[in-house]
Amino acid sequence: MTNDRSSQYLLHIEDLYKSYGNKVILDNIDLSVASGELCTLVGPSGCGKSTLLRIILGQETQNRGRIFIDGETAGFPDTRRGIVYQRYSLFPNLTVLENVMLGFNLQHGWRERRSKRAAFTKQAMEYLARVRLEQHAHKYPHELSGGMQQRVAIAQALIMRPKILLMDEPFGALDPQTREDMQLFLLELWEQEKMTIFFVTHDLEEAIYLGTRIFVISRFYSDDRGIDCPEKGAKIVADHQLPRIANSAEIKHNPEFVKLLHELRQAGFDPDFLQHANEFSLKHNDSFQTLTEKEHQR
Amino acid sequence: MRKSPQLLGLHARPGKLFKWFLASLPFVLVAIIYVTASHIRHEANPQDKLLPTPEKLITSVDKLAFTANKRTGEYMLWNDTWASLKRLFSGIALAGFVGLLLGLNLGLFPGLNAILQSFLTFISMIPPLAILPILFIVVGIEETAKVTLIFIGVFPVIARDTYLAVKALPREQITKAITLGASHLDVVYRIILPQIMPRLINSLRLAIGAAWLFLIAAEAIASSDGLGYRIFLVRRYLAMDVIIPYVLWITFLGFCFDWLLRKLNQKLYPWHQA
Repeated sequence: MTNDRSSQYLLHIEDLYKSYGNKVILDNIDLSVASGELCTLVGPSGCGKSTLLRIILGQETQNRGRIFIDGETAGFPDTRRGIVYQRYSLFPNLTVLENVMLGFNLQHGWRERRSKRAAFTKQAMEYLARVRLEQHAHKYPHELSGGMQQRVAIAQALIMRPKILLMDEPFGALDPQTREDMQLFLLELWEQEKMTIFFVTHDLEEAIYLGTRIFVISRFYSDDRGIDCPEKGAKIVADHQLPRIANSAEIKHNPEFVKLLHELRQAGFDPDFLQHANEFSLKHNDSFQTLTEKEHQR
Repeated sequence: MRKSPQLLGLHARPGKLFKWFLASLPFVLVAIIYVTASHIRHEANPQDKLLPTPEKLITSVDKLAFTANKRTGEYMLWNDTWASLKRLFSGIALAGFVGLLLGLNLGLFPGLNAILQSFLTFISMIPPLAILPILFIVVGIEETAKVTLIFIGVFPVIARDTYLAVKALPREQITKAITLGASHLDVVYRIILPQIMPRLINSLRLAIGAAWLFLIAAEAIASSDGLGYRIFLVRRYLAMDVIIPYVLWITFLGFCFDWLLRKLNQKLYPWHQA
């Protein structure tokens, strides 16, 4: 069954553990993501969501567990996975256009780079037009605002057409107005490109608003190891499918949206609400969970 | 509107012309003190050699720089300058090149770092002047020894500074570049190297002072030309009228290189905010 799942889904993670010294961060994480989803991963700060993302990316290694991308072991970073960080995604010594073209330039020898320069430039300019930055093509990143920089970073990653685009709190450093614009922009782009996105954020509202599927990761749960067990790390405590109603901020006032918001906030963010591991609200069709004997004594 | 004071306090904002005036003040002051002291000494003893008068300095400069040697047809100051600068540039260029590559690779490849880091730190602690005799014995007293001395004195500093600069770059950049298709060598030479260049130029600016020190020391001990050689040669005759112009000249050259490198940095790397 396991092998089936790993090749059936674009991203498949099984029994993943990560600890720093004695501190367990990720504790038996299981998840599979189908192609084309816009998954959001949300949780209280410091719960290990960025760690999970960096492990999927290959920037950090897990202590135990397996990760598959399209049926193949994930391993060190490569071109199957694109990344947009909150900061540092752009290379300060390259102009906006050069940043977007960087992937092409890195993947081709100098001879090809010369002969195909015009084609590369044209395609990069198309992507820049799509992120509405074609007028800024020849500026350096430091001359752009935070929102513009993130749009360049998205174009830079997208143009290489990764199988999955990982985003680590990409809008976390933006002001509320820009942030809302960027959310709409990302949804628009996601619909055009039909790509798979794995989006990490600490903002529950953002996670529900953007995603087609939401994972809530948290340390606030209980299992049969007892409440005071020191070796407990974060688990996925909720996994829901989200309705894609309309690309507008209106949805944030929809009663269903508000209800889900409260439910997930309780599940993931309330230190006093300790659900048992076998009662997590894993409602998505693709969700699965493998609890150990210790965690759930039957 | 409140007016900023010209000179005093945290809020001071000197005007453009006034800034020039302020900057020239210490120079003018030193010149006045010198001329006065020289004058006083010459009042007491017209043959004084310690603080030559400005007139004496000017005739001396004229003789050193603008009068050809009757026998060889050479101009002493330019000859010495050329000889010294060749050594200085060879040494600094070599040190910059090796230091850059070493620091870059040490900063990026943990395996290489494990092998060489302690060794490099060890090497950098050797006082270069202490091994000058070894150099003279091993590579002879010709140019090689002088260039080697500058190299040994300067490259560890460059290497370590480059290393620190590489370490200070966010790790995310490496991952990012790899997800865009960069190979390991691409990361080193196409992603990180270009970002380190402005830092290299700045560390070269700082290294110029040390390079002069090593050069002059080497020239003082074994040489037949060069700025350092001349200064130490004429020291025996208390020829301050030669020493002072030479020192001023060396200082001026150093100042010019610093300025040139700074401008080069601004021109080549506009994205790099100093």
